[in-house]
Amino acid sequence: MTSTKDTPLRAVHERLGATMTEFAGWLMPLRYRSETAEHTAVRTDAALFDLSHMGEIAVTGPGAGAALDYAVCGWPSALAVGRARYTMLCAPDGGVLDDLIIYRQADERFLVVANASNTAVVLAELIARCSGAALVTDESAATGLVSIQGPNGCGVLSSVTDIPLADMKYYAGAYGTVAGREAWVARTGYTGEDGFEIFCAPADCEPLWDALSAAAPAGVPPAGLAARDTLRLEAGMPLYGNELGPDVTPYEAGLGRVVRLDKPGDFVGRDALAARAEAGPRRKLVGLLSGSRRVPRHGYAVLSGTEAAGVVTSGAPSPTLGRPIAMAYVEPDANGPFGIDVRGTTEPAEVTALPFYDRRKGR
Amino acid sequence: MSVPAELLYTQEHEWVAIDGGTATIGITDYATQALGDVVYVSLPEVGAAVTAGEPCGEVESTKSVSDLYSPVDGEVTEVNEELNDDPGLINAEPYGLGWMFRVQVANGQVPAAGLLSPTEYDALTKSAG
Repeated sequence: MTSTKDTPLRAVHERLGATMTEFAGWLMPLRYRSETAEHTAVRTDAALFDLSHMGEIAVTGPGAGAALDYAVCGWPSALAVGRARYTMLCAPDGGVLDDLIIYRQADERFLVVANASNTAVVLAELIARCSGAALVTDESAATGLVSIQGPNGCGVLSSVTDIPLADMKYYAGAYGTVAGREAWVARTGYTGEDGFEIFCAPADCEPLWDALSAAAPAGVPPAGLAARDTLRLEAGMPLYGNELGPDVTPYEAGLGRVVRLDKPGDFVGRDALAARAEAGPRRKLVGLLSGSRRVPRHGYAVLSGTEAAGVVTSGAPSPTLGRPIAMAYVEPDANGPFGIDVRGTTEPAEVTALPFYDRRKGR
Repeated sequence: MSVPAELLYTQEHEWVAIDGGTATIGITDYATQALGDVVYVSLPEVGAAVTAGEPCGEVESTKSVSDLYSPVDGEVTEVNEELNDDPGLINAEPYGLGWMFRVQVANGQVPAAGLLSPTEYDALTKSAG
């Protein structure tokens, strides 16, 4: 029996009456009250997330940029200091080992943020792949992560930080203080909404959380993993283990743009990814709107007529759209109309462009 | 978490209110907290025959779907149509406005066997953690 790890905010979640769940080896808040209300708070106002389970790996030194250019499929050395990029760690065959955000925090310092479930794999791969003048350090245990997401998050966070947030671009970050504590604050998230992620010392998580909670007149509510999942699904963002895994390349997931075949030098997976780019994806990721109130779930079969055409990777009732939505992998030449086998009954589903929700356009 | 004393319960976290030969059925407060927000419920048709312990509908929440069971043998006499428009009633008032369906119990007799007392049900939820 393996024991689960606690984040630095365990006591806070208990005080808030959270329903806790085991996730990637961590005991995490699933929801505090209604997950639909938490979801709506992020879309219309702001909410706080504890993301301390995420992995943080620093790659430092004069050769850090070049080492990362070889290790991942993106082009980290081309990042300006203070900017961030979404990228992927691929296997030599092009399969996705994890999706990552890399922040360039200083000329010779990059912070790689990995999924909790993949942190050990990412760390091992980075150590193996980063040679030369680059040092790979696992900072996960020394790093807490609190996120404020939602249109009012900028105003709330601005009231407790000395960092000028209004000028900060999306996918940018800066060092500063939050509630008097040193932090790296980045305008990133996984919700499809404006928001910030605050990396800090574990011991600073609770005072920082308390300060943020109290920084709006009516308080800032917490949100759990259930809301985080429906938010990212509405935003069409992939979840490792659902849309991403070692059996797909970024091209199948519709994320070929993250593969920088135009960067100089070799990188792990280059040949396989170049071949995949040439040949085209083996499957395609599509967005489906259910024509029924029954919710398509991970693993349900997608049908074209009575023929199997694919499989649902993620599905949930969408609070913003008011109907069930799903992402699914289907055959590259399949265009529907599709049905989804929901426990023995075929329910109609309509293909829609991803994302389901775009904050710049409303729904 | 509330376990009203006047109701009977099942292993599947449903409650049963007995009134003469009629049983009214819903899911418990414990069930709603485990499921999270209920977004859709599929109920049996009025007039349908139901069998104790067999699925007769579905309860969909954000994260999962569960079967709805009939705790008794009989015929469905009424279903809560309000839940079609407002399944959130199940979370808000699981023992009140969130009731699900009524059954005319076969032979007019509600078998005590298989149903749990409030004390037994409370113990069941505590042992489930």
